[in-house]
Amino acid sequence: MSNGARHGPVAEFVRKAGVMGIFFVRLLIACGPALARPRLIVAQIFNAGGRSLIIIMLSGLFTGMVLGLLGQDVLQRFGAETALGIIAALALVKELGPVLTALLFAGRAGTSLCSEIGLMRATEQLTAMEVMAVDPMSYVAAPRFIGGVIAMPLLVAIFDVIGLYGAQLMGVQFLGVDRGTFWSQMQSAVGMRDVTEGIVKSLVFGVVLSLIAVNEGYHSEPTAEGVGLATTRTVVVSSVLTLFLDYVLTAVFL
Amino acid sequence: MRATRSFEIGTGLFVILGLAALFFLTTQLPSNGLKLSFGKAPGYDVTAEFDNIGDLKVGAPVRMAGVRIGDVSAIGFDTQSYRADVHMHIYPQFSQIPEDSYASIETEGLLGSQYVGISPGGLSTYLKNGSQILQTQSAIVLESLINKFFANYSNSGAGAGGSGNTGGNSAKPPNAGGKPQEPHP
Repeated sequence: MSNGARHGPVAEFVRKAGVMGIFFVRLLIACGPALARPRLIVAQIFNAGGRSLIIIMLSGLFTGMVLGLLGQDVLQRFGAETALGIIAALALVKELGPVLTALLFAGRAGTSLCSEIGLMRATEQLTAMEVMAVDPMSYVAAPRFIGGVIAMPLLVAIFDVIGLYGAQLMGVQFLGVDRGTFWSQMQSAVGMRDVTEGIVKSLVFGVVLSLIAVNEGYHSEPTAEGVGLATTRTVVVSSVLTLFLDYVLTAVFL
Repeated sequence: MRATRSFEIGTGLFVILGLAALFFLTTQLPSNGLKLSFGKAPGYDVTAEFDNIGDLKVGAPVRMAGVRIGDVSAIGFDTQSYRADVHMHIYPQFSQIPEDSYASIETEGLLGSQYVGISPGGLSTYLKNGSQILQTQSAIVLESLINKFFANYSNSGAGAGGSGNTGGNSAKPPNAGGKPQEPHP
């Protein structure tokens, strides 16, 4: 790992991508034995999902309230406030829900995954496991990966629903858009396809973000500085990749 | 032991909330999902038949003098009369609507959604549960209105254009379609 400095930056980037690809395959193979230890996975679902619940709910509420406020302000200029439900629902379900949740997930759960595994690497716990013939891939990495993949769609769904009620709170309760129209217009305009798009996005983000966090932690330099750098890289790479993949997936679904 | 229990409860809470939210998103939100109805709200139901309901949706308001008095609970189609059958749920406090009231489908603003407007009649017998509003007016379809307007416009324009044609085509081009293209180049 430390001999990477000898190559040029491009070769180093390609090597990192290769490391990540190989790691992904190893991770998928390690998922088999990891599924035999459901308690470890449950603990990681709690770590990645349960502990992110409050921040996701608060962010969803305020995102929805902003959508309600802004949507009402713009739409009432055209006398079309009744379309508020459509705008809020489509924006939340298709784009804002998956993307904002993924960004928050990278900051809240991705960093903790990465630094936890990185610290295990630095304190040689992973090596100790190997010595004890316990595969750290299936005991440490895979449960965290699976936990993240399961937690992500659930977090997105919670974000969406809280966001919708936030938009409703702002638009209907405070700004006087008709409640029945808000919901009926929303329900008639949103199709199953839009919801599917949101769920597919959340699954993709779950896989990608968990992979990046676990991979960076697993391959971090075994020093305090190395763990810090790996954590930073997790957030940066996750955020950029989230927005890029969101663009690609939106183009695919359109 | 206590720590294990609390994290199990936290995980369970998170998973249940997440699945409930997923369920809501997939069933309640899309137009083709199955909808749950939460009991029956107090009030009474009336029906009305319209020739054309335009873009009216279930859940749209029913208004009288601009005040919301109920909502559209179901929209059906009468196979005998080929008319739309609109079921409305009226809130219990508006129990004194004359039986010969007049229902029409109106639009909020120019781009807004449609609702049922009710104008009061003069009878002293009131609408009750299950009764039907007989006098109705269909939605005004903007496209057909525009078509009518242009039909009238081109009819009156054809007379003027016809007299222009005899005088010379290049001198006077007041034709509905061709005119806007003239000033561009």
